[in-house]
Amino acid sequence: MFRFPSKGNSDLSLVLCGAAGQGVQTLEEILVDSFRKAGYHVFASREYMSRVRGGSNSTEIRVSSKRVRALVDRMDILLPLNGGIRANIRERVTPETLILGDAAEIKDELADRGGTFLNVPLMEKGREAGGPVYTGIVAAGLLAGLLGVPPEIPEGLLKERFIAKSEQVVKNNLSAFEKGMGLFRELVASKGVSVDIAKENEAVGEMMMNGSDAVSLGALAGGCDFMSSYPMSPATGVLTYLARHARSHAVAVEQAEDEIAAINMALGASYGGARSMVSTSGGGLSLMGEGVSLTGITELPVVLHIGQRPGPATGMATRTEQGDLNLAVYCGHGDVPRAVFAPGSLERAFRLTFDAFNLADEFQVPVFILTDQYFLNSFYNVPEFDTSGLKVQRFLVESGEDYRRYEVTESGVSPRSVPGFGKGIVGTDSHEHDEVGHVQEDFELRRRMVDKRLRKRKGILERVIEPMMTGPKDYRNLVVTWGSLYHIVEEALEKADLEGTAHLHFDQVFPLHPDTRAYLDKAEKVITVEGNATGQFADLVRKETGFLIEERVLWYSGLQVPVETVAAKLLELLR
Amino acid sequence: MDHRIYDLEGIDNQWCPGCGDFQILEALKKALAGLELPPEKVVLFSGIGQAAKTPHFMKGNFFNGLHGRSISNATGMKVANRALTVIAIGGDGDMYGEGGNHFVHTIRRNPDITNIAHNNMVYGLTKGQASPTSSVGFKTPVQVEGVFSEPFNPVAVAVALGASFVARAYSTNIEQTVGIIKEAILHKGYALVDIFQPCVTFNKVNTYAWFKANTFDLPGDHDPSDRMAAMERALEGPPYPLGVLYKVEGRPTFEDSMGCYHEDDTPLYRRVYGPERIKDLLSSFR
Ligand SMILES: Cc1ncc(C[n+]2csc(CCOP(=O)(O)OP(=O)(O)O)c2C)c(N)n1
Ligand code: SF4
Repeated sequence: MFRFPSKGNSDLSLVLCGAAGQGVQTLEEILVDSFRKAGYHVFASREYMSRVRGGSNSTEIRVSSKRVRALVDRMDILLPLNGGIRANIRERVTPETLILGDAAEIKDELADRGGTFLNVPLMEKGREAGGPVYTGIVAAGLLAGLLGVPPEIPEGLLKERFIAKSEQVVKNNLSAFEKGMGLFRELVASKGVSVDIAKENEAVGEMMMNGSDAVSLGALAGGCDFMSSYPMSPATGVLTYLARHARSHAVAVEQAEDEIAAINMALGASYGGARSMVSTSGGGLSLMGEGVSLTGITELPVVLHIGQRPGPATGMATRTEQGDLNLAVYCGHGDVPRAVFAPGSLERAFRLTFDAFNLADEFQVPVFILTDQYFLNSFYNVPEFDTSGLKVQRFLVESGEDYRRYEVTESGVSPRSVPGFGKGIVGTDSHEHDEVGHVQEDFELRRRMVDKRLRKRKGILERVIEPMMTGPKDYRNLVVTWGSLYHIVEEALEKADLEGTAHLHFDQVFPLHPDTRAYLDKAEKVITVEGNATGQFADLVRKETGFLIEERVLWYSGLQVPVETVAAKLLELLR
Repeated sequence: MDHRIYDLEGIDNQWCPGCGDFQILEALKKALAGLELPPEKVVLFSGIGQAAKTPHFMKGNFFNGLHGRSISNATGMKVANRALTVIAIGGDGDMYGEGGNHFVHTIRRNPDITNIAHNNMVYGLTKGQASPTSSVGFKTPVQVEGVFSEPFNPVAVAVALGASFVARAYSTNIEQTVGIIKEAILHKGYALVDIFQPCVTFNKVNTYAWFKANTFDLPGDHDPSDRMAAMERALEGPPYPLGVLYKVEGRPTFEDSMGCYHEDDTPLYRRVYGPERIKDLLSSFR
């Protein structure tokens, strides 16, 4: 007898794994869409190896009657498509785990782990449907059956997906799916395996997307019309999304020869009046450092999306970390005013990427969006973004004959024109320059210009986003997070049920909100949870506010820290 | 148009007296004025170096960026606004050394920009080290035993990459240089104009006399549309042929291929989007 949700939980956590190129991704996409369309709230997170074939990749899918947005360690059900299951999955098998696997393929790989193995001949049924490639779709049928998904939903998705290939391929897929449903009835339901999770219709009409999608949509809504980048995991998703929509949504998209060219093309375009963006990871940002510095002195707006992965150097190409905060805040020689966002949810990623373009144009500065592999590759259902109040602002002026690009102003912001817009000449220079933009070695002028540029920090600070506070207002303990850890810590706190403990999340990590210190001072104990080895955010808080956060929960294995681990650490520290 | 329209008042020109850079500056102004282009329709991009200071010594929109990156800046700008005349100018170190990777890939892209390289076979601004075009044996404070590496041949590389316009000039031949620059600007697509330029301060080998003795005009029967002939000429020398080595018309330009111009010709600075831009995309996630 296996009844889900398991004791103490309200959701089902289902893990699929298999070799790259074996259809885990198709299986995941069909299931995630089907579950959501059936009315479940769904979360799905992918972890994969840096190889195109073989190895073993996995996806965790959580199905619930409430919103789910975080990674857990628990595996209620494991469905491996191939043998060669990696340690990170093996170790998560407990006596409570139900393994739905093909004994012919998995053999006794998991025998020592204590879970219950239910043999389902997925391969044989796949072959019957047309070949081993259909094994994954057999599994989809089985799992759709288990979750009581009306078969017409996944069947419709399969038709849509494969109709371009051929009628025969569609037929084989439908047959594989049907055989999987059969396996569920004969071999799974008959063993007393059942799922009882209410389907709330709320999710049906919602959007299902991941972090890459949310950033890309924010960029397009923000008026992005120029994107030059060099592919680098995990940031490539934003490049490909914009490339896919380049013609339909009027974006110039170019894969540059390297990140140096990428940022320099983006700045050239920005000088010409485009809304430019680059998308890269830490390694690429290192190469862009000089370009970031160039934005500082030329005062050219640009938005940089940085999808973090573990470093230094190549680190772990397809894994996750929050290790590039220091780089984003400090990269580029000299003093470069900037803003750095680190959204904690899809809604915030959309909104802050939108805002980034206006902010960059308003203050003529680089604006960073810091995400990470976990965030970019995790999906969940969200209500359609509210776009009603969004207004793209251009902040451009027509130049007159005596236009001065770097006119010294009170706010530090000089009216920005672009070549061809008006009668004036628009000059820009990487050297220290006069108001027109010509290089000058005048020490008095140098100070005036530095001061002018740095005055923009005041305006940027006036626009700063307030940190998000959840939990009791009269807290004793305060848990501080930034970026992708938001939902994980939210759920961990719910689970740990600690008295007097609140959560303060920063969607903007630089500059820090002026109230930051006051929030921290109010607590008896402050803890940060960060996905890096040193507590880069805690260090930044110390530098900016003088407040030292000593308790730091730091995680840097390359995999995202799951809810249970955070909950256990918080219990240890706060109880 | 009188080329004095391109003069900039009150400038402190930092070049050494007698430097070939003055001749190139003069030729560029004459070429632009000769094409009746007003300064506000011209955008000059440069990196860092003596040659790269050119945009500070004449009228015109200018983006004096980082060492080696000017053609990348220029490419981005040309995409943002196709109506302007875009010129990227700098030294051999800037274009072929620090910017070598961009040189290669910009040629492949074929944006409609004119790329002028002052080729003095030495690093001027940093006081006399070897450049990618210095000849073997050229002694400098760094290359104390003389340059070991083979010189970079920009025109041959450009022809090999299929650049749509490749020319070589010599700064002293001002009228010829003016003609070549004009032709390069009129050419729709990427145009390389590599200009021999004596550096009187740091290059005591490749002097005015040396260039005079080691250059000659391409004969009138050279067919610039013949790529093999162009390659042969590009590999020739010393003495080096001067003139338009290679030219192909009608190749599509990078900026015209961009998605932003698929259905709309307006320059990007004029575009403002509302939330309706992503309506269809939002519903695609449902
Ligand atoms: C990243 C970087 N590295 C090095 C320099 C120093 N630097 C400036 S110009 C230059 C070489 C200039 O030689 P070239 O491009 O041939 O121009 P010339 O001065 O001869 O006209 C160098 C090495 C720099 N400005 N930036
Ligand atoms: S150093 Fe050479 S290249 Fe530079 S200005 Fe003097 S002569 Fe000309």
